Amino acid sequence: MRETDVLVIGGGPAGLSAAIAASQCGATVLLADSANRLGGQLIKQTHKFFGSRQQHAGTRGIEIARLLTEQAQSRPGLEIMLEAAALGVYSDGVVTLEQNEKLIKVRPRRLVVATGAAEKTLAFPNNDLPGIYGAGAVQTLMNVHGVKPGQRAVMVGAGNIGLIVSYQLRQAGVDVAAVVEAAPSIGGYAVHASKIRRLGIPILTAHSIKSAHGRDSLEGVTIWQLDERWQGIPGTERYLEADILCLAVGLSPLTELLWQAGCQMEYIPELGGHVPWHDENQETSVPGIFVAGDAAGVEEASSAMVTGRLAGLAASHSLGLCPDFAELAEKARRELAQLRAGPMGEKIRRGLEKLHARGQKAASA
Amino acid sequence: MRIKDHPILDFPEGKKVTFYFEGQPLEGYEGEPIAAALHDAGIRVLRESPVLHRPRGFFCAIGNCSSCLMVVDGVPNVRVCVEKLRAGMRVERQKGKGDLLARN
Repeated sequence: MRETDVLVIGGGPAGLSAAIAASQCGATVLLADSANRLGGQLIKQTHKFFGSRQQHAGTRGIEIARLLTEQAQSRPGLEIMLEAAALGVYSDGVVTLEQNEKLIKVRPRRLVVATGAAEKTLAFPNNDLPGIYGAGAVQTLMNVHGVKPGQRAVMVGAGNIGLIVSYQLRQAGVDVAAVVEAAPSIGGYAVHASKIRRLGIPILTAHSIKSAHGRDSLEGVTIWQLDERWQGIPGTERYLEADILCLAVGLSPLTELLWQAGCQMEYIPELGGHVPWHDENQETSVPGIFVAGDAAGVEEASSAMVTGRLAGLAASHSLGLCPDFAELAEKARRELAQLRAGPMGEKIRRGLEKLHARGQKAASA
Repeated sequence: MRIKDHPILDFPEGKKVTFYFEGQPLEGYEGEPIAAALHDAGIRVLRESPVLHRPRGFFCAIGNCSSCLMVVDGVPNVRVCVEKLRAGMRVERQKGKGDLLARN
């Protein structure tokens, strides 16, 4: 049985930030990730980040991953376990991990779950054809593994991920036929939309996929226009030849461990689906279990770094460490308020309001 | 197909190894995901769905969704989007749910 002050599950922007913060407070930290390197999904983000300097604005995601990884590696008392998948959280607080086909038991005094999110799919005929991928999957294939995903893509979703990945497809030498967006307006930042429009890629708002076509793998898609009730308008169908269809239609928090741990879960569509109730210090309804990043509600990587830091500070503080907690936590919360300000943060603010309005229910023990 | 020229990224060539897809020798880079090597070789159909026998490829590429399960060296249900390629691996399309007892 391994013992540690803080176990952090997930080495993306949230988990790395949590582990570093807890370690800086003097806690012993174990950081486990199922992948063979740290950074989570930052390792495929070749674009420069927005936000403020505290969250590395102006720096590419791949660089942020490198910076955070180096910082974590240089901390004494912070142990990193790679290719270690968390399997379960048990009622006695024991967490099991699998590494090199061996089962490892850890008894942490505090647990930070920073497992991230998974890409959503969309319902339409033939949506299971090979060649239909999450937009992030195509990004991984291109930007991490250096493999060209295909010849011609159609992107579904004009949020930031859809826009950014469309641009990155072109950087990898893939033609993008169109970006299709069901909403009447573009969801992502105007600067990203302008960049892909300048490349001549049309962004078709109030449009969606009617069906995909292909024998063994994708050969083309039929798109159509939507009316104000989001229903397809017969007669507006168009066939686009494509061997790649990317779905950038949102993410679902990866919360299996939190469900298993008995955390109070709430369904909040604005946060991506089921999320654990958590307080202003990222602590869930189960004392000692904290949540950070997309697992707490889908947001940007910049916010994930701050919720991670906050969770790491709070976990250490609850162990009697981190004497400057009040001040440091307040600073983190101010940064979060800034990141969630303005029209782009409206959905997150509404989601968090809903979550807090549900209140904490009495523990069912 | 490998990306040769990229405005931001460099892709250093890895160590080439031979592996077998449905008995046919293919080349890939040691340590990259099996799915990346297969995709480079133009192979997108990785398995057959258990009930309706529909072709399936990968979907998430980071080990979350289990769309890419294949039989690797006789072991079924291997997520090839995160399983590292090694020389001599035998990779096969999975049909059905995979049978652990069929190994021996």
